[in-house]
Amino acid sequence: MDRRIRVLVAKPGLDGHDRGAKIVARALRDAGMEVIYTGLRQTPEMIVTAALQEDVDVVGVSILSGAHRTIIPRICELLRGNGLDDVVVVVGGIVPDEDIPILKQAGIAEVFQPGVSTQQIVDFIRSHVRTVTSGR
Amino acid sequence: MQKGQKTGTELEAGQTARQPSADETQWVERLLEPALKKSPERQEVFTTLSGVPVERLYTPSDLADFDYARDLGEPGEYPFTRGIHRTMYRGKVWTMRQFSGFGSPEDTNQRLHYLLKQGQTGLSIAFDLPTLMGYDSDHALAEGEVGKCGVSVSSLADMETLLAGLPLEQVTTSMTINSPAAIIWAMYLVAAEKSGADLKKISGTTQNDILKEYIAQKEYIFPPKPSMRLVADTIVYATKEVPRWNPISISGYHIREAGSTAVQELAFTLRDGIEYVEWVTRTGMKVDDFAPRLSFFFNAHNDLFEEVAKYRAARRIWARVMRELFGAKDARSWLCRFHTQTAGCSLTAQQPYNNVVRTTLQALAAVMGGTQSLHTNSLDEAWALPTEEAVTLALRTQQVIAHESGVTNTIDPLAGSYFVENLTNRTERACYDYFGRINALGGMVAAIEKGFPQKEIHNAAYAYQQAIESKKAIIVGVNDFVTEEDRPITLLVIDESVARHQRHKLEQLKKQRDGGRVEATLASLASAAATDVNLMPYILECVRAYATVGEMCDVLRRVFGTYEEPAFR
Repeated sequence: MDRRIRVLVAKPGLDGHDRGAKIVARALRDAGMEVIYTGLRQTPEMIVTAALQEDVDVVGVSILSGAHRTIIPRICELLRGNGLDDVVVVVGGIVPDEDIPILKQAGIAEVFQPGVSTQQIVDFIRSHVRTVTSGR
Repeated sequence: MQKGQKTGTELEAGQTARQPSADETQWVERLLEPALKKSPERQEVFTTLSGVPVERLYTPSDLADFDYARDLGEPGEYPFTRGIHRTMYRGKVWTMRQFSGFGSPEDTNQRLHYLLKQGQTGLSIAFDLPTLMGYDSDHALAEGEVGKCGVSVSSLADMETLLAGLPLEQVTTSMTINSPAAIIWAMYLVAAEKSGADLKKISGTTQNDILKEYIAQKEYIFPPKPSMRLVADTIVYATKEVPRWNPISISGYHIREAGSTAVQELAFTLRDGIEYVEWVTRTGMKVDDFAPRLSFFFNAHNDLFEEVAKYRAARRIWARVMRELFGAKDARSWLCRFHTQTAGCSLTAQQPYNNVVRTTLQALAAVMGGTQSLHTNSLDEAWALPTEEAVTLALRTQQVIAHESGVTNTIDPLAGSYFVENLTNRTERACYDYFGRINALGGMVAAIEKGFPQKEIHNAAYAYQQAIESKKAIIVGVNDFVTEEDRPITLLVIDESVARHQRHKLEQLKKQRDGGRVEATLASLASAAATDVNLMPYILECVRAYATVGEMCDVLRRVFGTYEEPAFR
């Protein structure tokens, strides 16, 4: 039996712009996923703790402040350090094209830049997450 | 609000059901209907960007109740629908004020001088997230964030560098700062004084609108009550000591950017304004003592006529609120003076040159709506802070409108349009509806605590996103007229050398300043914050001692506590 995909939508750093994060959270819920939204101003440590506690399949990081080159690798490092290598990490927000390879190298699966639809995000998550309970 | 005063919902604009003329009815039956059968319209229903229905045609029947003196009046006369000044742009063109800030104070100082040289007429400063959130550039939470979204300012020394060589008595400065506004403003005042400027002569604006932080921008530090106290303190202090300063810019821009409709932007902004007037009058000040220096800040989005109607309705509503609700007697208290920024959220990462076109239309709306001051976004808005080339083009956009388009030749050029007057009236009514709902919840602070405006905004944002994804709303270059490969643009990159530079300066500063004096002034601030005295003098003393933004905010965090918003479900 497939269980529902669990997604943590996280707002790291000092950025308070949450229009997109809330829209994505709601769209994922409408698509049948279980979504936990962290709220604002989370440190990488807080995000990873939440990911552990909530036993998520996906961590979606929303960041528009330009601090992604520092924050994203840190989140990925902590996830790995906590044995969460299987968690799919995706990023949404303002990330210039030049920075995408750096972030993917750090461990993220995809960057969703402005203009992407929520359907694309839903489809990506569905095709990249195994939901069979025995698999985890 | 006192008993006996009119509530928002009683300030209704005249309203009658539309009666089409006999000629029109004939035209519809004989000529329109056959034409529609042959060639149906593109859509079932046409609406503004915000979803307000727009009819095929507006005629005198849509303005049956129109009364020029009551509804419009002359420019510079109550209710100011046509504009707040008697001559508007024929007297003086709006202030061209580009929001700027990045990297170090040295970097931003250079950009400010550059823009003045290119013909901008007002200064506007953007601060980085650590500064906005009351952290110094060496704080753990500042990592990766220093100088990225705006200029890094941790101390008076940074402020002095930022303002070096700027003619502060001749040009006005707007600062987008909210939770630590009192502190940053104090730094500006001390820096200005040290550079020889007379505080009775300088002018500018501090955004200092904490209510919209809880609603939309989310750069809050402290809980609502102590935050409102800080706002009141700055307004009272400004009234007495810096009389030409606008101590608050009551904002709708961010509310709109968070996804609200035009009516929500208008209603939540003006209702925030009402809340501030109530709080400040509770300190004992008379409304006419401070109301002339309240100012506003609106968005200019894509739907030109909706935006023009919004600005005109704003002026009329605020005039009525101030005169009828608060009993203000000074005509300057009745004025909705506002700055406008074109809509950042409407600009796209794809085909960024299209953004120049969007910004032009939006700027035109702001001008035809009678704005006092204007910022135009740069084409690279969806990617990064503006390059020098991009911001120059944005400034030129304003200059072309001002000097080449002819729209400044006459005041309120769209007045008398059946459509625009009808839409202005409908916008006003919808705004009063929201006032009623917010009043029923117990006022704006109570409504925020209940999550009301936040929910309205989120629902509007979600509906808009769905409209885009279903292609009911078209965004050129994004969900239609898409190109495979975009011509790349050069982006402004801010690297970690800024953080290192700022941290080094902070280290040096802490060695050079009088540590004892810093401690003493911070301790006085802490004691004062626990009472209800005006905090400005205490903050100024800390600033003069070169206490940092983070040090002062930490004191206030300990006394006031910090705020966390209700969970999003």
